[in-house]
Amino acid sequence: MNDGSQPILSLRGIDKRFGAVQALSDVSLDVRPGEVVALVGDNGAGKSTLVKIMSGVYQPDGGEIVFDGRPVSINGPKASQALGIATVFQDLALCDNLDVVANLFLGHERTTGGVLDEVEMERHSWELLRQLSAKIPSVRIPIASLSGGQRQTVAIARSLVGEPKVVMLDEPTAALGVAQTAEVLNLIERLRKRGLGVVLITHNMADVQAVADRIYVLRLGRNSAEFAIGEVTTEQLVAAITGASDNVVAERAARDRTGSAITPEDIDPYAVLPDGAGGPGHVSTDPDQERDA
Amino acid sequence: MTTTYDKTDERLLESESPRAALSSFGRRIRSGDLGMAPVIIGLALIWVIFFLQNDRFLSSRNLVNLSLDSATIGMISLGIVLVLLLGEIDLSVGSVSGVGGSIMAVLLVYQGWPLLSAILLALAVGVAIGTFYGLLFTQFGVPSFVITLAGLLAFLGVQLWVLGSRGTVNLPIDSWIIEFANFKFLSDPVSYALAVVIGLAYLGTRLRTIQRRRAANLSAPSFRGAVIRAVLMVAALLFGAWYLNQDRGVGYMPLFWVAMIVAVDLILRRTRFGRSVYAVGGNEEAARRAGVPVNRVYITVFAAASTFAVLGGILAAGRLQSVAQSSGGTDTNLMAIAAAVIGGTSLFGGRGSAYAALFGMLVLQSITSGLNLIGVEAEVRYIVTGAVLLLAVTIDSLSRRARRSSGTA
Repeated sequence: MNDGSQPILSLRGIDKRFGAVQALSDVSLDVRPGEVVALVGDNGAGKSTLVKIMSGVYQPDGGEIVFDGRPVSINGPKASQALGIATVFQDLALCDNLDVVANLFLGHERTTGGVLDEVEMERHSWELLRQLSAKIPSVRIPIASLSGGQRQTVAIARSLVGEPKVVMLDEPTAALGVAQTAEVLNLIERLRKRGLGVVLITHNMADVQAVADRIYVLRLGRNSAEFAIGEVTTEQLVAAITGASDNVVAERAARDRTGSAITPEDIDPYAVLPDGAGGPGHVSTDPDQERDA
Repeated sequence: MTTTYDKTDERLLESESPRAALSSFGRRIRSGDLGMAPVIIGLALIWVIFFLQNDRFLSSRNLVNLSLDSATIGMISLGIVLVLLLGEIDLSVGSVSGVGGSIMAVLLVYQGWPLLSAILLALAVGVAIGTFYGLLFTQFGVPSFVITLAGLLAFLGVQLWVLGSRGTVNLPIDSWIIEFANFKFLSDPVSYALAVVIGLAYLGTRLRTIQRRRAANLSAPSFRGAVIRAVLMVAALLFGAWYLNQDRGVGYMPLFWVAMIVAVDLILRRTRFGRSVYAVGGNEEAARRAGVPVNRVYITVFAAASTFAVLGGILAAGRLQSVAQSSGGTDTNLMAIAAAVIGGTSLFGGRGSAYAALFGMLVLQSITSGLNLIGVEAEVRYIVTGAVLLLAVTIDSLSRRARRSSGTA
């Protein structure tokens, strides 16, 4: 039985090629129950590919997936859902013309004697939304009349209908305002409290700092760094994402060996960036390179 | 009183009193959620206008004729509603109805088949045609517009081929399909009993739902409201039956048509399949990801549309007592599609109700019947019908825009 210290979902040495492109090589990732793991990386770093492997859209070319202690192969979206991995994609995939209840149970409608059991589904919807302390005024209004944050809430609540163990959220706050982002982050917090493993894919460092327990940084299809929250600053994260990570890790490793604590001031993430790599505080002396960047 | 699950949010605008219900109805109309309102208002207007022109328009006799004339193309229109709910179209229903009627008539008259077998084979051909459309659509991604345009031409040819050199086939005058489509009416007591039974069935399901909602701690309308609605419903049905009974009464064929509409409506609103139809019409990709068997939904709906077309063709053959090369031709297609759209089925998919076929067809048939009564020629009828169709599509587009601007697209 899983006592929370063992990973519920574990990826080991995942490889994925698309033709001549090595999209992922030797990528590893662990998610434990009641833990929010942030997966960050620049565009093209392989985040989406990794999510699609976990959700069964792609099959890996190499490596091992262990779910709840058993090696598994996820050969399709249904297999992923059957294991207990729910994915909330960025475009939410809700039907605007249907109400909240219909969307929550779409494809898994409850019936009695072949007839939709609307009462049971509505009751269950409220139960689910209450557990998430979600602010939806009515479950009998079309999705179209909800705000972006409320839609995200419905999409996340829908992922919980099948009682999953791991929930993957792809850029859940990308299109949201300040208040709505806070709402979704609260929701992620509640998923953690329910003992779910959460994988949060995001570009937003503030979100990461707000809810994540551990952070995996992908860069060019490889594990570039792994941080526990509290031991890393946004600047360090940005450095790891943009490619100065070798030095960061090396520096920290060196410091760890000498036993001194790391402070943000110890590391200047842009000091080692090659010319033209950009970043705040980076001043290029070469106008051509500045334009290329 | 304890607060039920669904009334806890303080932002929810309550609608308990009749006045609040009225204002919430107004709010829905303004935000583009029109539903059946335009077509019902339109039908009432048309009836008043023609009644003022000629008071025979609302006579029992004319309304019985109206019900008989609506049922044939109305049956075809029911299939169109299903296809439109998916955001697709079937332009070939006229030709297919002609093929269905021809197959039935030729088997019956020249092959000596029993009527029932002839009808069943024609319906099976309808299922096959729609399944073929569905397979072309789902497997090769050919737009339904083009598939069914090809079908319109091809099945017109098939109809001529089935009828062969005979041209026109007269059905035997004693066959029950002719009786059914022209001369069979409910007796007065049966029609009143039916009205009461329908009211009781409605009341029973309402009360059961209210009871279950209360048990589940959800807000429920009052028992009294349900009883009042049921009483009003029975009163309206009784009055309608009484008024039609002044002439021949409630015809078997119109009753069959309305029963099919009610059945399709229940399937659409109360079954997983119906939910899938709305989901695919609303957002196909979302439905696919949620595990809805999207291809099966398309194929089933196309098959249902062609089958309803054949059924309409068979009823039309019975009503006219013959099948000819022109059966299902001229304006059958256009009337069937126009009725569905006028009834409030959105061309953009995902919105509409089976009752669109009922009210849309009644509007079109009322226009035809009213113009006939005041002695206006066919050319005016086509122009008026075209204008009404344009109006309906404009309302659909405007309400879609209103939904967008009020954030409910």
